[in-house]
Amino acid sequence: MKELATTLERETPALIGSDENYLSAGHTLKSWLLTTDHKRIGLLYLFSISFFFVIAATAAALMRAELVTPQGDLVTSETYNKLFTIHGVLMVWFFLIPSIPSVLGNFIIPMMIGARDVAFPRLNLLSWYLFIGGGLFALYAIVAGGVDTGWTFYAPLSSVYSNTHVVEMATGIFITGFSSILTGLNFIITIQKMRAPGLTWFRLPLFIWSMFATSLILVLATPVLAITLALMVLERVWGIGIFDPKLGGDPILFQHLFWFYSHPAVYIMILPGMGVISELISCFSRKKIFGYKFVAFSSMAIAVLGFLVWGHHMFVSSQSIYAGMIFSILSFLVAIPSAIKVFNWVATLYRGSISLDTPMLYALGFIGLFTIGGLTGLFLATLAVDVHVTDTYFVVAHFHYIMVGGMVSAFMGGLHYWWPKITGRLYPEKLGQLAAIIMFFGFNLTFFPQFILGYLGMPRRYHAYPPEFQIYQVLSTAGASILAIAYLLPVIYLIWSLKHGKKAGANPWQATGLEWKTSSPPPKHNFDEMPIVTEEAYEYPPLSDEGRELEVSKDA
Amino acid sequence: MKTENAISCSFYWTIWGGLILLLGVTWGVAQFNLGLFNVIAAMTISVAKMLLVILYFMHARYSSRLIWLLAGAGFFWLAIMLTLTMTDYLTR
Amino acid sequence: MPEPQSIVAEQFEDAAQQCEAATLGMWTFLVTEVLFFGGLFLAYVVYRHAYPEGFAAGSRHTDLFFGTLNTAILLTSSLTMVLAVQAAQANETKMVMRCLLWTLALAGGFLVVKGFEYHKDIVEHLVPGAGFSPELPARAQMFFWLSWAMTGLHAIHVIVGMGLISVMTWLARRGKFSAEYHTPVEIVGLYWHFVDIVWIFLYPLLYLIGRHA
Repeated sequence: MKELATTLERETPALIGSDENYLSAGHTLKSWLLTTDHKRIGLLYLFSISFFFVIAATAAALMRAELVTPQGDLVTSETYNKLFTIHGVLMVWFFLIPSIPSVLGNFIIPMMIGARDVAFPRLNLLSWYLFIGGGLFALYAIVAGGVDTGWTFYAPLSSVYSNTHVVEMATGIFITGFSSILTGLNFIITIQKMRAPGLTWFRLPLFIWSMFATSLILVLATPVLAITLALMVLERVWGIGIFDPKLGGDPILFQHLFWFYSHPAVYIMILPGMGVISELISCFSRKKIFGYKFVAFSSMAIAVLGFLVWGHHMFVSSQSIYAGMIFSILSFLVAIPSAIKVFNWVATLYRGSISLDTPMLYALGFIGLFTIGGLTGLFLATLAVDVHVTDTYFVVAHFHYIMVGGMVSAFMGGLHYWWPKITGRLYPEKLGQLAAIIMFFGFNLTFFPQFILGYLGMPRRYHAYPPEFQIYQVLSTAGASILAIAYLLPVIYLIWSLKHGKKAGANPWQATGLEWKTSSPPPKHNFDEMPIVTEEAYEYPPLSDEGRELEVSKDA
Repeated sequence: MKTENAISCSFYWTIWGGLILLLGVTWGVAQFNLGLFNVIAAMTISVAKMLLVILYFMHARYSSRLIWLLAGAGFFWLAIMLTLTMTDYLTR
Repeated sequence: MPEPQSIVAEQFEDAAQQCEAATLGMWTFLVTEVLFFGGLFLAYVVYRHAYPEGFAAGSRHTDLFFGTLNTAILLTSSLTMVLAVQAAQANETKMVMRCLLWTLALAGGFLVVKGFEYHKDIVEHLVPGAGFSPELPARAQMFFWLSWAMTGLHAIHVIVGMGLISVMTWLARRGKFSAEYHTPVEIVGLYWHFVDIVWIFLYPLLYLIGRHA
């Protein structure tokens, strides 16, 4: 392995940087807080979203602790409302939406396309400051007493009746929304205009296709969230009557506006993960992705179709039944491109040379968990079934399978995969594999019982419940504690690896892709010479008849 | 860089003249009660004014197809939002 | 004459790529603005459908003279803006500044007229809430909420635009633009035309439709 790495370095000296890298280029706080280097900005986001993740996870821990017993005995119902609101708001807007795009996207996209930076580096830094600014408002709202409306802010509770810090929280989300919009804008122009010579659209890694599709959604959907929150705040502050039924307003209009953004938002929270999975499956099967064009186009299809289905969140809201039927059939359609991706990933595995490194374990876990999450989405898209399971734990389980089982797994997989590139260090492989396996079991134990709970009728957002549901809640909480360990382990060993991990070469995974052709960590300007692309994506060496490649031992 | 092909000042003044003319027409039509036609006329004229501004003042006519796609996408997505929402309100 | 290559940022290959990227970036931003205003247009459509009499009554009480005048002002400001861009392409700095200042003046004029209009609405008790005029049906208040929100949001964009145009004027005065490099003027121009287009639609929706319903 070491020999292979140094051979690579000797063969491509022009593309490997010197000992000077982006991390050593300036050690002052100012060099970090005023950086326009996309790689440093990616790391700034990593620290920020981790901070919010901890707070949101703590809220979840308190909720799960409360739910162990049927009585509402740990917290009051008002506090419980605030807990699930904090959990939802922080996880959606301050963790999941920025996770892969702002951390991995920022770091990897320019390198993957052979560029020196994104199109608008200063705008990129502004995006981070907007994220922090929005986050400060959100933190203030929490510290000042919290919000009890749920992350969905339904009117007129949010706009008229709630006595909590809705305005501050909404302001925080509004500001962070512009962070998302500018990031999406930056990525669209970067991918459109700054690809290296020879890097045509159909030679791009599928991560770039996913990120492009995600950026389209960021740019088209988030402004609608912004205006919706603004109207909600205007009603709260000046009583304008746009959503308040007493003044002639329609609460359903709020839901239409809110879900017009929030449904595409869930695709913002999965498409980047799908992009990462394409990279991982390909690398750890030593094979190009089966059906490259199908996977690429399916990302675009999800981005477009995702805008046509928002009414499936409103089947029982008093929305017209005819509109419900239209949204239902469209929701079935949007499942198709996702299914196409799953089929293509599995077909890639077939006859591949599979190695079960940590990123691959997360990727395989993703395929299983995302499939379950996606299929249960079809249950919910079915009007008749949804009448029974809407607003129950069935929905909670469904979206956690996709967002946690799917997106967070992909984020962990991507973080481990690109960790050597980002930090120049290898993480301890055995611990990585252990954490991935613990996560898979912990996750299923946490969320599978919730499907049963929902099917049996337990509503969501309740902290007290009939005793017959307790067994499932106890199983779920037990699973959550295991999940916590699974997430804590990587934090510990990844930080440990910064000082003590083995030094990584330019391409420890022997992966294809431009980002692996420069040093780990990369130099400030990514490449010493602009690469020129002549190969298709995922040009792995052909496998022998037995599906084997040259034996390559990886560092443990 | 956009290739404006040496557009003359007077051309822009002509476009402006067309815009003011359309403004006059839309004002004029609004003086009469023509029922639904008031709405159709007003919206059609607005779209025409918008097209003049986009194509000639914003140079979209001379820009790449990507710009056309972007401009179209904005309005297409607005149309999605309006149309699908109204399937609810119009069928209640 | 400033050397063009020195103003190319390091992430770009050449000035052409930088210009194309900036233009594409502004168009993308304008798409987000279409969706931002779009939410208000949706609310307008929904409530016009729900409260036709209230909206008709509201439309009748808008000031057609002010509205039409403002439309003409903004359309003219679009003309002066594009003339400024053309002057920049032709490297005529004095003309650039003159046209930008005219655009600024027209924008200011728009706001002044709007100010008169808002004042008139307040005096005539057309502000929704406790003091709303009893002559109109209650549901006309929804029309005025939307009218204030949409024109208010538009006015904010006009003010931002005026700021941008002022900066462009100052930069032009300092000789920053040339035939090779005037991208900032072009993209501010794109923004300004968008502001005009929003008003092109606000005018019929608020002042014309329903006047005779």
